[in-house]
Amino acid sequence: MRNPGAGKARVTRRNFLCASISAGLASLIAEPASTTVVQQAQDSLAAAQSGTLRDPSVVGRPRQPTDARDNAEIQAIEQRLACSCGCTLDVFTCRTTDFTCTYSPELHREVLALRDGGKTAQEILDTFVAKYGEKALMAPKPRGFNLAGYFLPGTLIASAGAALVFYINRRRAVALITGPAVDSIGSADATPEELERLRRALADIED
Amino acid sequence: MTLLGQFALWAAFAIGLWCVLLSFSGRWEGRPELSATIVRSVYAVFGCLVVASLALWQGLVTHDFNIEYVWAYTSRNLPSSYIFSAFWAGQKGSLLFWAVVLSLFASAAQLLTARRYAQLMPYVAGVTSAVVTFFVSVMIFAGNPFERLGFTPADGRGLNPQLQNIGMVIHPPMLYLGYISLTIPFAFAVAALLSRRLDTGWIHAIRRWTLVSWLFLSIGITLGMWWAYVELGWGGYWAWDPVENASLLPWLTMTAFLHSVMIQEKRGMLRRWNFGLVIGTFLLSIFGTFITRSGVIASVHSFTQSNVGYFFLGFLAVTAILAFTLLYTRWPLLKADVELESVLSREAAFLFNNLLLVGIAFSVLWGTLFPILSELVRGTKITVGVPFFNRVNIPLGLLLLALTGVGPLIAWRKASASNLKRQFIFPLGVGTVTLLALLSLGLGDFYATVAYTLAGFVAGTIVQEFYRGVRARRRMHGESIPLALAHLVARNRRRYGGYVVHLGVLIYFVAFAGMAFKQEREATLKPGESLEMNSPFGHSYRFTHVGISQYEALNRIVSAATLEVMKDGRSAGIMTSEKRQHVDSFKRPTFEPSTEVGIRSNLQEDLYIVFAGSVNGTEEAVYRFNINPLVWWVWFGGIVLSMGGILTMWPGGGGSTVARKNAQAGYEVTLVGAGKE
Repeated sequence: MRNPGAGKARVTRRNFLCASISAGLASLIAEPASTTVVQQAQDSLAAAQSGTLRDPSVVGRPRQPTDARDNAEIQAIEQRLACSCGCTLDVFTCRTTDFTCTYSPELHREVLALRDGGKTAQEILDTFVAKYGEKALMAPKPRGFNLAGYFLPGTLIASAGAALVFYINRRRAVALITGPAVDSIGSADATPEELERLRRALADIED
Repeated sequence: MTLLGQFALWAAFAIGLWCVLLSFSGRWEGRPELSATIVRSVYAVFGCLVVASLALWQGLVTHDFNIEYVWAYTSRNLPSSYIFSAFWAGQKGSLLFWAVVLSLFASAAQLLTARRYAQLMPYVAGVTSAVVTFFVSVMIFAGNPFERLGFTPADGRGLNPQLQNIGMVIHPPMLYLGYISLTIPFAFAVAALLSRRLDTGWIHAIRRWTLVSWLFLSIGITLGMWWAYVELGWGGYWAWDPVENASLLPWLTMTAFLHSVMIQEKRGMLRRWNFGLVIGTFLLSIFGTFITRSGVIASVHSFTQSNVGYFFLGFLAVTAILAFTLLYTRWPLLKADVELESVLSREAAFLFNNLLLVGIAFSVLWGTLFPILSELVRGTKITVGVPFFNRVNIPLGLLLLALTGVGPLIAWRKASASNLKRQFIFPLGVGTVTLLALLSLGLGDFYATVAYTLAGFVAGTIVQEFYRGVRARRRMHGESIPLALAHLVARNRRRYGGYVVHLGVLIYFVAFAGMAFKQEREATLKPGESLEMNSPFGHSYRFTHVGISQYEALNRIVSAATLEVMKDGRSAGIMTSEKRQHVDSFKRPTFEPSTEVGIRSNLQEDLYIVFAGSVNGTEEAVYRFNINPLVWWVWFGGIVLSMGGILTMWPGGGGSTVARKNAQAGYEVTLVGAGKE
């Protein structure tokens, strides 16, 4: 009881110091991913046999392998189609992100089937709109009432900007006609050189 | 403790109501003891809500699963930090969090506001108490965090895996702090309107509060982007989701206010506009809360649908009617002291900046609500997603970036042609050189090209401003460059802090534009198989699937898919992406398996790997690979922006009040002229 460490290797201060420094240096030199390697070493549910997972149920739904059809063209089409699960993402992003969604894989299969049937990208989009309605698209078509969606903000900002310019210029014109010049620099009793010096000084300090 | 919590809520409700009635009755005028009572009741409400909060935390920490909220958001094996943050993870807890923080801010406003604004303070107390009492009433009547179950479950349901991230520990409180602190400027605005003290006093009183709100909102939004990026796994950080949009709206209008308030302080203009902005910003914060909590618009971020939304809608409508009616009744008293003199003036530039910021806010709001509007008008459901928002808002955002560079270059009152030439030549030169460099590099994307060109222009403006300031100090005081720079910033923190904020915004835009060049691939790999991708910066990456390992952690079973990464033919280490099956303390699954993204980040680009799942329970893995350019700069831009905000609001600096006033260019010019009249 007096020596609980008996039988174990004795840790001297020098050993401890050396080990600490070595560990510190090792952690500095090592790649950031070294923690990942450590995690792998903790594998407590090691593969039952090579190539097979011990517990496939904890990896989510079984996946179908991607094939040559899952290319950039299909990706571009799916990025214009909205997933109907309520995630606000497009079909491609949803099916490669939310792996609990059952809608986006189904929609993906539909896209592939239509593409295999020889339809172009636009025809696939049109087929989706015909089947699911306009909400199948990530952005409404710019026509009819939807034009208000696209152009109202810009139009309002441009109109307000134009109105502002008109208002300021009009005020300026009225002030010039009805009252003394508002440019107080101009009314100052100073030489042009002095005014220029003042302008420069102000330009340096103005906030 | 829950009984105590319940009691504390009711006490807060009663005292808050008393404070509101007393404050708005106006009977405290000329009766200091009643004014003191109003202030003390603000402190008392805070005390009650602290007690209620401690009661809820006690329930969370002690795993009292008889409390419905504790059962719904925690489990015995949930890590401690998430037990702590579960306080604001759910609808009911976050309402309590909101109320207690608002009452803290209300108390701080009473304590810290200078005595010269004493006449405003009872009204400020009334407004803040009204908002706190509203939140408490929502808890009492619709979302009580102390509601008990009819039995005591052995373990809780646990926290949603996507909320088990350090970003969710920090991001919601930051965003809430931003939202909540907006109540204080609103309260001062209403107090100024009610008391008819409509000079710039209320603006001086709220200056720090507005900056604090803006800073918290900025940090909260950036942290939200970071959380979405690292946790949601869709490969981006901003999806124009309604809840994301709701957080952006008050930030935009508050940014507009921070600019327009300078015009009121210096020139006595835009007084009505500033009241409107403060009221509008507060209403937008409540609108955001309504969006998040009502379920009226689909969002991955929103709380579960509940009748709490009706309370917020009612509160929003009543507050809007009362506040704007009050503003209308004071309208004639809010006439500007002077008029704008020229379109080519800094005042006008700020006004256009305001127009654009409010216009973008409208645009975002319009897009968010457009699906509802479309259904009402046409009876047709539509989706308004990322392509819509990008198409509408990218041009507006670029225009705003341009104005960020233009504003500081134009003189107050009226700019002369020589002044414009002198100011613009260097920034325009930088912008032009940037454009030529981009064209020679063959950058393909139009908007990205415009963004980088404008970024060059804005960078030129910022550099020029600092250079001229340092040069002026060196001439006047003979200081060294570092000392002159330090003194320049220290003596005019608001101005140069503002430029640092502009630098942060510029970095944001550069980073956002980088996403135009992102690469995305999906692939299925057996152990030993590889995928090759080329990055926009010309690097070639080779990802070799090593295998999938499974192990247990504290509250989850992890399946880690490992990849060996080669960059330009050299080893770049190992990356893993995980599937996590969360379990309770009885090893029962609590949620569907979630995904942890593997991210390797550097200054140029991020490697972003998502493990989608395994094929037929084998080590054959399905992946999505992203190469996302310049993402690191988004987070860095957020840091720069926040540093600028802190610099701007840091106390002191700028010499004496008289010296600061004399340094205001507009007034100096007036004095020169006035002396001769």
